[in-house]
Amino acid sequence: MSTTTNIPPSLLPARVHEVCGPAATGFAAVACAQGKGDLLWLREDWQAGMLDPAGLSAFCDPARILVARTKNQTDTLAAAEEALRDGVVALVVIEITRPLDLREGRRLQLAAKAGRSTGLCLIPEGAGSPATETRWHCAPVFDPAEPTDSTLMRWEIIKNKSGTIGAWHVRWNRAAHRLDVVSPVGQRPGSSAAGG
Amino acid sequence: MWFPRLASDRVLRRQAVDGPFALTLRLDNTERVHCLNRQAEAEGLYRGMPFSEARAFCPTLRGAPADPARDAVMLETLRRWATKYCPWVGMEGADGLVLDITGAAHLWGDEPAMLADMQLRLDRAGFEARIGLADTRGAAWALARHGGGITAPGAGLAALASLPVAGLRLDEATVIALKRLGLRTIGALATAPRAPLARRFGAGLLLRLDQAAGLQPEPVTPLADPPRHAVRLTLPDPIGLTSDVMAGTARLLQELCLRLKAQEVGARVLRLTLRRVDQASCQVELRLASAMRDPARILPLFARGVEEVDAGFGIDQLRLEATQVDPLPVQQIGQAAEAPDRRDNLITRIGTRIGLDNIRRFLPADSHIPERSFVMMPAAGTKTCGDWQVPRPRPRPLLLFPPEPIVAQGTLPPTSFRWRRMRLTTARATGPERIAPEWWVEDDGPCSGLRDYWRIETHQGRRLWLFHMPQKPGWFVQGEFA
Repeated sequence: MSTTTNIPPSLLPARVHEVCGPAATGFAAVACAQGKGDLLWLREDWQAGMLDPAGLSAFCDPARILVARTKNQTDTLAAAEEALRDGVVALVVIEITRPLDLREGRRLQLAAKAGRSTGLCLIPEGAGSPATETRWHCAPVFDPAEPTDSTLMRWEIIKNKSGTIGAWHVRWNRAAHRLDVVSPVGQRPGSSAAGG
Repeated sequence: MWFPRLASDRVLRRQAVDGPFALTLRLDNTERVHCLNRQAEAEGLYRGMPFSEARAFCPTLRGAPADPARDAVMLETLRRWATKYCPWVGMEGADGLVLDITGAAHLWGDEPAMLADMQLRLDRAGFEARIGLADTRGAAWALARHGGGITAPGAGLAALASLPVAGLRLDEATVIALKRLGLRTIGALATAPRAPLARRFGAGLLLRLDQAAGLQPEPVTPLADPPRHAVRLTLPDPIGLTSDVMAGTARLLQELCLRLKAQEVGARVLRLTLRRVDQASCQVELRLASAMRDPARILPLFARGVEEVDAGFGIDQLRLEATQVDPLPVQQIGQAAEAPDRRDNLITRIGTRIGLDNIRRFLPADSHIPERSFVMMPAAGTKTCGDWQVPRPRPRPLLLFPPEPIVAQGTLPPTSFRWRRMRLTTARATGPERIAPEWWVEDDGPCSGLRDYWRIETHQGRRLWLFHMPQKPGWFVQGEFA
């Protein structure tokens, strides 16, 4: 594990990023919490499961979120490009079900650049696109120290076009509404469990 | 102008029936005859008789259910048509029109020519009509119902003297009582002493008599035309290029938006009908996220729909209609209202592709069952409301999915279990939190009943929301925490 800086870099604006792993939704929720204004969350309508606004309210106000349900990924990408190019929504979260090809990834980047808004693709593991600015892998981590309501996660940048890669253990501080970086579990005094 | 068989004429215009025909209306739990055609009346049938009785009298009688709402629409259509004769056209009951043709008759030559024209056109359209023309509204009514024709100007009651008293728009009881007194005609009634009549029948009878005679004023109230948000463009030569259709649409939009602005409304749904030279027509429907009347903003939204249209041999008529409008007052120009406008524009643009109802937002619902604690409403047209920042005694998951069963026994959470092809071992279990069902909601699903929720943290990292059902033993995974 190579921790380069103390805090994880925030998502570069006007670019499209990718996140995979079991805690990708948590990463997206933290990203939602950090901006202002409306958010657009695109997903295909056959996908079971939904964001629970009650749980999401710990991160950001669910009233800010617009959820668009599309028929297939082509519609998802078209709507995402439209929203990114318009720039009225600060963040567009796109749930990807099949890997983007070079052209689709590039078009999203160009749209984000034109509209000065940020895109975040939730991708299945191993379905990254070469055009992405950064790719993150997020996994929840068991936290023996915090007995209730822990959101300890391990965030790792596995691709970065304009910076170095790294990994961090973070926890969402719901009272202060900010991200706390904690040292990995294995390196803490008195802990026996292994992190990661 | 009286249409004695408006209802049946309307139906028979669509589908001619050769023979007796009746429309039936269900009254007092019986199908009763509502309206008859001429042949059926010749068979001796009358209005209000039970339909089964009428069938017994006349086995060849054919019937159809009546539709008073559409009859009213038909009469409204006829009223619009009648404004070609004079601007003052009002409704008279459910089957009549009243026209004030003062100063309009000379356009058709004279009064008989005008009446002949009306009669001719109505006959051609398949409507039986009786038209009476007189100095007063009451007298014209009496003439239309009882005989028809034209009275000489200034004739007054003398022209009506031979008509029965029913021509005075009286109720049936009064008519029968007058007949019993021997006053059968309007002439007889007019010459009778007024004071005993007023004492016996009240002022209503004399009012009707005076209205027919012209001693009491009775104006014709023309109905205002309801606002119509539709414009049409007919072309001398058919067009087929997308850019040409868009140019035509732009011209229509300009005009439509001016009309919308005059009435301070904005369009929510617009429908563009393109009629092709082979009489087929295609429609482009545009649903807007908010009421709009700015042509420059609406026009680009049509581009996608117009591109998909098959022009065939060409399009020679464009019709643009705002099928749904919302109030949109004129606003002060400023910076303040710009952001929601831009967002609504975006919702509209995405909505034209994926459907406007598919863009939703969360609204809180009044329930403590997790999957029913929120609703998703279309974002267009709904306002954000409610407060999500209610203090919750226990954390709620970030993701919620339909309950997925896992194999586990007992009322305490399992130490290890398989979920989505993963073997997970429990590191810490927090709970239970009991959520009781809402007995006032009918729910026969597999997961109805008491639920004991547990927050399970696993050694593998996943933090899941499990519940156990004590009444129907079983364990389910319903959510995942961040």
